[in-house]
Amino acid sequence: MAAVYPLIFAALLFSVGVYGLLSRRHAVLVLMSIELMLAAVTVNLVTFWAIAGDALLTGQVFALFVMAIGAAEIGVGLAIIMLIYRNRASVNIDDADLMKY
Amino acid sequence: MSVPEVVMLATGVVGGAAALLVVTSRNVVHSALYLVVALLAVAGVFLVLGAEFVAWAQVLVYVGAVVVLLLFGLMLTRAPIGPTGQGNELGKAMPLAVALAVFAGLVALIVTSYGGEVIALEHVPPAALGEVLYVAWALPFMTLGFLLTLALIGAVVIARREEGEGPLPEPDPDEPEAAEASPPDSSSWPQRQPEPTPDEREVSA
Amino acid sequence: MSSVAWLIPALPAASAVVIVALGRKMPVGGAEIGILSLATAFVLSLVLAVEVFGANVAATTSGVGEAFLHTARVELAPIGAGDSIFAGIRIDGLTVMMFLLVTFVSLMVHVYSLGYLHGDERFTWYYAVLSFFSAAMLLLVVSDNLMLLLVGWELVGVSSFLLIGFWWELKANSDAAIKAFLTTKLGDVGLVVGVVALWGQFGTFDIAAITAMVGDGVQAGGAPLDTGMLSFALIAFVLGVVGKSAQFPLHTWLPDAMAGPTPVSALIHAATMVTAGVFLVARLYPLYSAAPAAQATLAVIGAITLLMAGLLALVQEDIKKVLAYSTVSQLGYMVAALAFSYTAGIFHLFTHGFFKALLFLGAGSIIHAAHSNNLRDMGGLAKVMPTTFATFLVGTLALMAVPPLAGFWSKDEILVEAAAAGGYTGSLVLVVGALGGALTVLYMTRVLYLTFAGSFRGEGHPHESPRSMTGPLVALAVPAALIGLVNLPVEAFQPYAFSAWTMFSLEYWQTHPIAFEPAIAAVAVGLALAGFLAGWALYRALPLGDDDPARRLGPVSTVLAEKYYLDRLWTDLVTRTIVRDTAAPAAVTLNDEVIDRAVAGAGRATVATGRRVYDDVDQRGIDGVLHGLATSTWWSGARLRLSQSGNVQLYAGAMLTGVVVLAIVFAVGEVS
Repeated sequence: MAAVYPLIFAALLFSVGVYGLLSRRHAVLVLMSIELMLAAVTVNLVTFWAIAGDALLTGQVFALFVMAIGAAEIGVGLAIIMLIYRNRASVNIDDADLMKY
Repeated sequence: MSVPEVVMLATGVVGGAAALLVVTSRNVVHSALYLVVALLAVAGVFLVLGAEFVAWAQVLVYVGAVVVLLLFGLMLTRAPIGPTGQGNELGKAMPLAVALAVFAGLVALIVTSYGGEVIALEHVPPAALGEVLYVAWALPFMTLGFLLTLALIGAVVIARREEGEGPLPEPDPDEPEAAEASPPDSSSWPQRQPEPTPDEREVSA
Repeated sequence: MSSVAWLIPALPAASAVVIVALGRKMPVGGAEIGILSLATAFVLSLVLAVEVFGANVAATTSGVGEAFLHTARVELAPIGAGDSIFAGIRIDGLTVMMFLLVTFVSLMVHVYSLGYLHGDERFTWYYAVLSFFSAAMLLLVVSDNLMLLLVGWELVGVSSFLLIGFWWELKANSDAAIKAFLTTKLGDVGLVVGVVALWGQFGTFDIAAITAMVGDGVQAGGAPLDTGMLSFALIAFVLGVVGKSAQFPLHTWLPDAMAGPTPVSALIHAATMVTAGVFLVARLYPLYSAAPAAQATLAVIGAITLLMAGLLALVQEDIKKVLAYSTVSQLGYMVAALAFSYTAGIFHLFTHGFFKALLFLGAGSIIHAAHSNNLRDMGGLAKVMPTTFATFLVGTLALMAVPPLAGFWSKDEILVEAAAAGGYTGSLVLVVGALGGALTVLYMTRVLYLTFAGSFRGEGHPHESPRSMTGPLVALAVPAALIGLVNLPVEAFQPYAFSAWTMFSLEYWQTHPIAFEPAIAAVAVGLALAGFLAGWALYRALPLGDDDPARRLGPVSTVLAEKYYLDRLWTDLVTRTIVRDTAAPAAVTLNDEVIDRAVAGAGRATVATGRRVYDDVDQRGIDGVLHGLATSTWWSGARLRLSQSGNVQLYAGAMLTGVVVLAIVFAVGEVS
């Protein structure tokens, strides 16, 4: 199989995730977009392993790690969103602009 | 075109479409469900590439846990059930431009770097992964466990309801739109007792 | 004694100051201080004379030694080029002679003025200025360098101005004072030019040094003497002499100076100040001997003056004016004499000082009695004022050069020396001098007749003057009569005579003995007699006014009456036309249009430049730069601030863009 297929698929997922990250209003949707990007990364990792044919299965192992970290990140991220929601009664990330000049 | 390629293409198309729907859907819950489809498509890609364990782990972790977590998050933050308006401050043009630029750049890179590469597909049984994972990658594996534990604790700490925090403001049932449509101004923010600063703590002690 | 000779000028100077300070409170109004100081100065001069004349006589009799010369000086200030201004005294025979003359006549005038100016409200000031004048004149004669002489010269001019214009309430008097001052000032231009020229040629102001250099035939730096340059300087001096000693053509101030009190005229305009010019030539006689051109100038000017003034004296109505023109004429004699002989010139100066002062004081006495200066208002005064008449007669006879009075010997001396010198100038002076003698007799005879003969034509009752006035008259009559005897041209007597007393160099004295030519003396006496006869014939009948023969000479009378139109020359042509109408307006135009415009223009340009610098350079330029800096900082801050939007997605987008760019850069780097 040509290597470009999974790689382009991963690129597509990543780009879509970028679009969603930048354009969505709901904080949880932003998290979902981040998840898409992470998925794209794992696809990339596994594809590169498949291309390289590594005996240590480095690509797969890394993909597992990325998944784990992604899960942890989601957990923490949601906790933060919950806290913000509790204090601001809003999950619109445009409202979280206290760092504005 | 061999069978793996066809399957690859199919899952790719499905996954891509699902991803697009995630980011463009008006209904947040629909977005979450489309995310499930997209992630399942990713798992399919893993299967095609021969990473069996990774595929099932993907399904377990992401589809099973992460998406459920996201749904719970949506529920706890009173996500609107129906369609909502979109439009954040940045508009649509800039994100689109950036995304397209990223896509174009990546594609260019891929094609120039791996244009002629061919993958020799081979099936890797989970046993083989297990052997590598617990032997060569033992240390990182343990560390990862710690990381997850810490993240869990951190999440619990962050999300814990503290003393003095008032109840969530009840949205007016007659005007569900107004509740999340208009961002609250500072005057209606619930008063929150600030944490005693370290200086104050010392003084009072 | 010569070491304290500086006291002689110092005493009158001190008395002038004391009189100004304390005079009013004194019983006689300060006059006593003046008289005391002048008397002391006279006594000191006599003592000095004994020393100096004695030393000179010792030299002439023994035939060895030198003429007495004592100099002492104090440096006042350096003037660069290695030279300095000195205050120094020079005592020699000439100086002592002048001391005697000045102190004696001044003393007589001081005493005389007690009566003449009695009751005048500025009595004290008068005596102060008299002392000041005496001090200035004595300074002039005693100075050993030309700079100090110049100082004395100018001070004498100032005091003359003050004294002529003493009764300044009358405009004619103050006008006369200004005329005197300005006319002599014109002559002083020549004097200053001469002093500077001499300094340039000889490198010093010191008279003794210059004389020595001329004697050696060198000038400054040992270069051979440039006679032309010397002549130029000396002729420039002659201009000063012409001004101060009232020679043609600058004599016009002297007759008008008779506006001052008569004692002033006696002192200043007979014996002392006007002789300063003659004195100067005598002082520089060794220089003049080396410059024949200058001597010729002296001779010609002197000759013209003596004849011209003599003619003018004939037609004067004012007795003082007659005497004034007579003085001018006699000064002409002196100046001409110095072209040929040192002793002849200064001897006449000496004798003339006494008898002319006598005549003036006598005239003062007459005026005091007749209450008028005009000859018409006089007459028949011989019976009423015997003392005045007698002394006046003595003075007149001396003036007329009647032997054996003083004037005869001195005037005769001049004629002899002129004849001996020969040449054009010598003959000129001889002829003119002889004729002038006749004229002198003629006009003085006129005065005598009109004043003393006949009966009194004026108002009131004239009477003899008080003792304070007649005393000096008598005192002056003695030397007027006898002083001629001190220089008798007897060979055996000469080493003891006036010529020996006043010699400046033994060698000169030995080579220029006083001569006596009976022929010339006879001619002179004959002419004098002729003049007397003419006067007797013409004025015996006491014709006055238009009957006066002198007025019946037709156009000659008019010319004489107009004083040869010389006054017109000075006032109209020079002063009015040239200076007032031409030069002065030109100067004003230059000042207003050219200079003022330039200055104003420069000022405006400066202001405009300042404005331009302020507006453009400072306000717009420099401040603009600063404002621009501030504005650009603010503007860039405002733009940069937008990146701090608080919008998380914007931050994420920016980061992504950066990563994309970096990736491309790395990729391109890797590929290439």
